[in-house]
Amino acid sequence: MKDTDIKRLLYTHLLCIFSIILSIFIPSFFLENFSILETHLTWLCICSVFVTAVNLVLYLVVKPNASSKRSSLSYKVTRFLKCCIYFLMSCFFFHVIFVLYGAPLIELVLETFLFAVILSTFTTVPCLCLLGPNIKAWLRVFSRNGVTSIWENSLQITTISSFIGTWLGAFPIPLDWERPWQVWPISCTLGATFGYVAGLVISPLWIYWNRKQLTYKNN
Amino acid sequence: MPIVCGPHFQKHWYNWWRGTLYWVGNGAVYLPEGFQEEVILAGLCIGGPEYPLVLNLTVMNSLPATSRMQKISVLLFLAWVCFLFYAGIALFTSGFLLTRLELTNHSSCQEPPGPGSLPWGSQGKPGACWMASRFSRLVLVLIDALRFDFAQPQPSHGPGEPPVSLPFLGKLDSLQRILEIQPHHARLYHSKADPPTTTMQRLKALTTGSLPTFIDASSNFASYAIVEDNLIKQLASAGRRVVFMGDDTWKDLFPGAFSQAFFFPSFNVRDLHTVDNGILEHLYPTMDSGEWDMLIAHFLGVDHCGHKYGPHHPEMAKKLSQMDQVIQGLVERLENDTLLVVIGDHGMTMTGDHGGDSELEISAALFLYSPKALFPGAPPEEPEIVPQISLVPTLALLLGLPIPFGNIGEVMAELFSEVEDSQSHSSALAQASALHLNAQQVSRFLHTYSAAAQDLQVKELHRLQTLFSKASADYQRLLQRPQGPEAALQTVITELQQFLRGVRAMCIQSWARFSLGRMAGGAALMAAACFLCLLVSQWATSPGFCFRPLLTLMACGLAGTIVCAGLLTTTGLKLDPVVLGAMAAAGSLLPFLWKAWAGWGSKRPLVALLPIPGPVLLFLLIRFAAFFSDSFVVAEARATPFLLGSLILLLIAQLHWEGKLLPPKLLTIPRLCFSASTGPPRHNGTHALGLGVGLLLCIRLAGLFHRCPEETPACHSSPWLSPLASMVGGRAKNLWYGACVGSLVALLAAVRLWLRRYSNLKSPEPSVLFVRWGLPLMALGTAAYWALASGADEAPPRLRALVAGASVVLPRAVAGLAASGLMLLLWRPVTVLVKATTGAPRTRTVLTPFSGPPTSRADLDYVVPQIYRHMQEEFRGRLERTKSQGPLTVAACHLGSVYSAAMVTALTLLAFPLLLLHAERISLVFLLLFLQSFLLLHLLAAGIPITTPGPFTVPWQAVSAWALMATQTFYSMGHQPVFPAIHWHAAFVGFPEGHGSSTWLPALLVGANTFASHLLFAVGCPLLLLWPFLCESQGPRKRWQPLGRNEAEARVRPEEEEEPLMEMRLRDAPHHFNAALLQLGLKYLFVLGIQILACALAASILRRHLMVWKVFAPKFIFEAMGFIVSSVGLFLGIALVMRVDGAVSSWFRQLVLAQQR
Repeated sequence: MKDTDIKRLLYTHLLCIFSIILSIFIPSFFLENFSILETHLTWLCICSVFVTAVNLVLYLVVKPNASSKRSSLSYKVTRFLKCCIYFLMSCFFFHVIFVLYGAPLIELVLETFLFAVILSTFTTVPCLCLLGPNIKAWLRVFSRNGVTSIWENSLQITTISSFIGTWLGAFPIPLDWERPWQVWPISCTLGATFGYVAGLVISPLWIYWNRKQLTYKNN
Repeated sequence: MPIVCGPHFQKHWYNWWRGTLYWVGNGAVYLPEGFQEEVILAGLCIGGPEYPLVLNLTVMNSLPATSRMQKISVLLFLAWVCFLFYAGIALFTSGFLLTRLELTNHSSCQEPPGPGSLPWGSQGKPGACWMASRFSRLVLVLIDALRFDFAQPQPSHGPGEPPVSLPFLGKLDSLQRILEIQPHHARLYHSKADPPTTTMQRLKALTTGSLPTFIDASSNFASYAIVEDNLIKQLASAGRRVVFMGDDTWKDLFPGAFSQAFFFPSFNVRDLHTVDNGILEHLYPTMDSGEWDMLIAHFLGVDHCGHKYGPHHPEMAKKLSQMDQVIQGLVERLENDTLLVVIGDHGMTMTGDHGGDSELEISAALFLYSPKALFPGAPPEEPEIVPQISLVPTLALLLGLPIPFGNIGEVMAELFSEVEDSQSHSSALAQASALHLNAQQVSRFLHTYSAAAQDLQVKELHRLQTLFSKASADYQRLLQRPQGPEAALQTVITELQQFLRGVRAMCIQSWARFSLGRMAGGAALMAAACFLCLLVSQWATSPGFCFRPLLTLMACGLAGTIVCAGLLTTTGLKLDPVVLGAMAAAGSLLPFLWKAWAGWGSKRPLVALLPIPGPVLLFLLIRFAAFFSDSFVVAEARATPFLLGSLILLLIAQLHWEGKLLPPKLLTIPRLCFSASTGPPRHNGTHALGLGVGLLLCIRLAGLFHRCPEETPACHSSPWLSPLASMVGGRAKNLWYGACVGSLVALLAAVRLWLRRYSNLKSPEPSVLFVRWGLPLMALGTAAYWALASGADEAPPRLRALVAGASVVLPRAVAGLAASGLMLLLWRPVTVLVKATTGAPRTRTVLTPFSGPPTSRADLDYVVPQIYRHMQEEFRGRLERTKSQGPLTVAACHLGSVYSAAMVTALTLLAFPLLLLHAERISLVFLLLFLQSFLLLHLLAAGIPITTPGPFTVPWQAVSAWALMATQTFYSMGHQPVFPAIHWHAAFVGFPEGHGSSTWLPALLVGANTFASHLLFAVGCPLLLLWPFLCESQGPRKRWQPLGRNEAEARVRPEEEEEPLMEMRLRDAPHHFNAALLQLGLKYLFVLGIQILACALAASILRRHLMVWKVFAPKFIFEAMGFIVSSVGLFLGIALVMRVDGAVSSWFRQLVLAQQR
């Protein structure tokens, strides 16, 4: 593992953070009355699109994986379609998990689903970009001693911190402060966003500090 | 020849195949179908003379004695730890929850408070009662949290001086103006409220004249309605019209007492204007209409402004100016016969809060104004300080009403002087008579109260009674000599005032003061007990753990304390039993703490003291912290499932992270194509994931049965919590009834299925027979009772008597059946089917085709029949010899689940009567309860490794999840930790006519209803220890194909596939078993203990909080009750396991003895 790798990782992560910041400011030029809290759903969609786009572009440019052996068009298309299906499935999966966790079943379905979409954007999309539609690889990455590169390591950290951020975001909901961001699911989406950003910041640093200890099996 | 064998077989002293144990002769020989290897080994045993013919008989006989000692010490120790917690709770409660008995006696016009003539009653004036009324109408303006300095007149400053800087000073100008212009008409007082300074308690005080505490023990807990005698009640009974507008707290306190009322919601503290504007809309029109005798306007704006912004905010100035305009408007409209009272019910701190007893909180303003002259003299420079409740007797006598029975306030004598009459003597006489009436009434109250309750000090009571009789005698003497000296009159007045003030001081001493020392002591005791639980549960896991030091330490401490207590009592010091218990607890704790301190030293790091793994510690900390926020206490019904779900997902994630869910191959070698047949050692991923999702689903479904706390108005309680009888639609009712009965049947079927799967339903034991026949009978009785209860109104009149009789008999019959079932279970807890099969060894077909390694096959084909024949002959010889004495071979089925079978049976038996106490549709929750605890146990068992010989442990996450689930089920059964939410109807199940005078039975029924989930989960707690052993039987059942394995592995196979011992592993190591039970109990007590500790700390730290009496104190009480119920349940559960263990031991002993014969 070289320092250049870590540098590349850092730059890609900074670009991801930049995309989130852009998603906050750019729409206000085109849309009237745009603000994160009041037109939250719009922001969710825009942020999700931005982050997905940046992730895809970065994946195509940086190519952290060794290029796959097959490169026929049909293979790529099926792979892409598979990715889309996986993304949708993860959205539904998260939706179900939120409802099981206590989100309202019938009211606010759109809000809950968009929350699932944004969480999928923060977690599933990077997984799809890096590992492809391969559940077994995912399971491997998210287990002890399962990572094989710094990219996977950073993926592990950002994904887990996104989840933790989402989880922590649920805590202010019962408080009686009566702030606009305490409404479901704003605090959770904000928590997820903060968690994702924190993961993006922390993971290069953490890998940099622990670069001596980290050894990856390459196979 | 007794076939007892070498090490291998000694290990399998009782071994079984599919849960079946074979006993042969004196020894145990294992002869299952298809297990030739074992036969070979047995043959080797027989052949090898080097193995001594030792029986485990000696071991088995000696075991029970030490085991029994250990059991007793475990139970004793647990009981002692519970005692520590109880002592802490009692000490804390005695300092925090001030209690008082509410008397329901009423004063009446016709009944004077004492002997002697009434001063003006004889004059026959209209409206006169104990005294002639001086005002026929009253306007009471209650400005919530009107602190004294808000109303204090400001010294007029010169033109050059800057105006007052603080926003709340000098805003009530009209008061100042009136006081200056009409000094004989108005007076401002500095009134002192008594803690707790919360609005509801203050309103109670301002109408009853007593000192409300948090728990006013009364006959009716279900509502907040005041049962004591009060001003509003007296007005209503005198036929006066009371009109109310403002804070809707009054609606709960005085239901139906007002002739006209305008209530406005008071809960939203951030809303400054709704209540005030609502009042202003109605105030002047009502006043002008004249349709009232007493007009009460309760403004909340100032209080809410304090809570929202604090007093130092410009908003406060605006609010006070608005109040000033209100007062001005009222003064302009007052008529001559009307008295205006402006009062603040309490003050507020610098931050705008109230509830405690600080100077700023208890100081409140009191302003009186009358259009006709009321006071003889000019107001003093500094306003007089009066207790707030002085207003009650004063107003009562001024309005010509009897003073409320429970009043302990002192009349403001100044108001009773004759203004027109210039003679000071008659003025003083009028004051003395008012005071005397007041004193008579207080004395009567004291007499009645001390007869009913013992919480007043006897010595002080005597002193006050003598003081009163002296003053009364003086007063009577004075009345007979009307023109007595002035000085004598003043003495009488002073004496009467002394008496009244003495009574108040004594009552405050016992009713209205937090004892910080006791609160701190109680909390410290609870914290120390929690620490002890942590410490000893850690000791118990260590391999060299010994029970004796625990007992000796405990005995030392207790003995020392008893000696100390004895010495103290001999010195004549009289001690509160609560304090005595706390001292005993603390004294017996000391040796432990000392030992812990000594054992600590420097070598052991602090981390070792904290054995709880990080994530679980985080969960416990979150749970601990949540008790300190009123929002989270209110939202606990939703927060607990959230935490529980998180814990479950964390468990699964952790299992996955540690690679226990997936086969190791997949994890180490990426992207390897693997076949489904390479199964994991114990559990596969989808299994655990399915369990987790099922659990989450169950929790979510149970969450549908929630009852909303009254603090969240937007929330709607589940309609399913009401009993079926309240439903109207016939079809829907029938469907629901079907669903309830269905859930009952499902519960029953699930339990029976489980018992059939793991245990035995064919055993002729009485308890098993009861499960087979008694449980369906109980379900039938429950269903029939539900049918009667939900359709009682629709029954034809002829059958009414029958229905009434059945609704009495059926619940009692079910409860009786359950009790008898539990008795049977305690009597014969071993549900093992003993098959006496004499000919079993002979019929075994041992020579089945052998599928072992082919190299040795030929040898085996030769050897095995030889050995077998030899053994057969041996057996036959023995059989011939002992045939007359009874069977030689015994098959014991399902010994491996003997503990948990008893536990599950006991839980089911316990659940049925509890089910009956709830509304019908809660039966679905009970079904979910069993289902989700089953799933949780399975999930937890997946993560718990079985350490066969060594110390058994129950991990912290298991115990925490169990405790969380108990809380979650408490809420999903439709409970909330507030008194009005208690299901009172439970007291009438089986007793539709009520209970007469007995109180313990309804209390027991209501308590069983409220704490049903605590009880069930606590009793079922030992299942956490037992379940992993139970799940062991599932592992080997999933055979895997030894593809690609070499022969060495195949040879090891019999070792690997050895039959699961299941719970008999626990019996194998009785010492570790007992230690594990102790550890389990202590861990559960720790998790519950930190909850009650958090509640206590929250209640004591936040005792000034707005919500302390509404949220924190009830939460503490419920948590304390829940803790007591849980600890008792835990004790019973562990005792049941030990009883089963003892029964199993004696069963083995009998078996061995029978074989020996």
